[in-house]
Amino acid sequence: MNLRRITALLLRYLLLYRQSWTRIMEIFFWPVMDLLVWGFLTSYLLQVGSSQVPALITFLIGSMIFWDLLYRAQQSVTISFLEDVWARNLLNIFVAPVTIGEFLTATFALGIIKVLVNGLVLALLAWALYAFNIFQLGFTLIPFVLSLMLMGWAMGMVTVALIMRWGHAAEALAWGIPFLVQPLSAVFYPVSVLPVWLHPIAWALPSTYVFEGMRQVLATGQAPWRMFWWSLGLNLVYLIASGVFFRHIFGIVRQKGLLAKLGME
Amino acid sequence: MVIEVHDLVKTFNGTTAVDRLSFTAGRGEILGLLGPNGAGKTTAIQMLLGIIEPTAGSIHVFGKNIATHRQDILQRLNFSSAYVSLPQNLRVMDNLRVFAGIYGVANWREKSMELLRLFEIDGLAARKTGQLSSGESTRLHLCKALLNDPELLLLDEPTASLDPDIADKVRKLLRRIQRERGITVLYTSHNMREIEEICDRVIFLHHGRKMAEGPPRDVIAKFNQQSLEQVFIRIVRDGELQSSEQKPAQ
Repeated sequence: MNLRRITALLLRYLLLYRQSWTRIMEIFFWPVMDLLVWGFLTSYLLQVGSSQVPALITFLIGSMIFWDLLYRAQQSVTISFLEDVWARNLLNIFVAPVTIGEFLTATFALGIIKVLVNGLVLALLAWALYAFNIFQLGFTLIPFVLSLMLMGWAMGMVTVALIMRWGHAAEALAWGIPFLVQPLSAVFYPVSVLPVWLHPIAWALPSTYVFEGMRQVLATGQAPWRMFWWSLGLNLVYLIASGVFFRHIFGIVRQKGLLAKLGME
Repeated sequence: MVIEVHDLVKTFNGTTAVDRLSFTAGRGEILGLLGPNGAGKTTAIQMLLGIIEPTAGSIHVFGKNIATHRQDILQRLNFSSAYVSLPQNLRVMDNLRVFAGIYGVANWREKSMELLRLFEIDGLAARKTGQLSSGESTRLHLCKALLNDPELLLLDEPTASLDPDIADKVRKLLRRIQRERGITVLYTSHNMREIEEICDRVIFLHHGRKMAEGPPRDVIAKFNQQSLEQVFIRIVRDGELQSSEQKPAQ
């Protein structure tokens, strides 16, 4: 063991952080998100009585499946883009007659396929292992899943834009961005568990309506359509906003020659 | 004219990468873009491809402005570079299938096999791209670059990773295909012998500025040198040669 060599290697890793705000953020990001989610969930479990535990488990399994569908939709956009970055194929795509809209639509389509396959596998596993039959709820949950997919696409566009702008250093955002909204989306617990001052932020997220709606469907068998329409409306706003943001960043990227750099690194 | 570049300028954070560059390329011509690292060759090519936005100036390809007709132009040209790859985990034929789809190539299977045969790698059609050697991989990139029967081919150091034997084969093949199909080629390379062999005309860039232009033999004569390599060294070492009495770019 040579201390000089160990120090040199340590320095090599530390120097990465000096140049990258995204890497510094990552140090704090995951622990903070974990603390928030599990902390709020614990508060929720303390609030409800032990008689409600079986219903809670159903909610948690449903939440986990829905969360994963949102995550897959976002990942379909970001990982598809990153696959081309990692393969150094990005320039081949962007110097072909492919429009940004076509590129994104292809990744959205991949998202639909992934969500369908993923949803089916998780639903079957949940049924086989935990006797949780999501299909028992019929088609009422489908619109909510579609709404989650729209939010995943919007987050995917924002993530890809940030990676284009800040390059490889921002790649961790591909996995991190969805977890940024997780604590506030009331995925595993109702909005009421959150501090009151966080409620407006939570209700500004389309996912919050979906997860609250899902819990209502699971609890009552009735679809709260008002929640669905709110999530759909907000999703349309977010989709348009993320499209505008993507276009704006793409313009900056073209001015600075960052796409070419990212594609050839 | 296939390419018309007029007073092209690109600055990055105050540094000028391309400085009032103007040139044209005619149908069926092979134009070499030469210069040391950082001369502005790749930036110029990327502006031609529309992935970098010029600070000033205009680029017309096939008579159309790249700023307003990018998709139409890209449909009729193609690009290959030693610095980009095709997805390694896809099979050779799958990669060609994807790009045939993007460029709307009819009979993609026949077209792909025809190109793979032309570059003598048809036996590798079912192999994963990641398993190809550098030479095979370069030839696959050229197959991809010829899939859409381009009228203009932008080749950024296409033979950079090849051994002299394969590089020679690739050059001869490219020259043959270019003659048969009348393709215009914009070619960058650091191999001056290659440029002398393949290019009809060359443009020397240094610090983003055009320092010399003409057929390789004329440029060599103009600088009283024996080869393009010597011209290259002289231009780079003399630095701002445009201020000298020769003013070769004029």
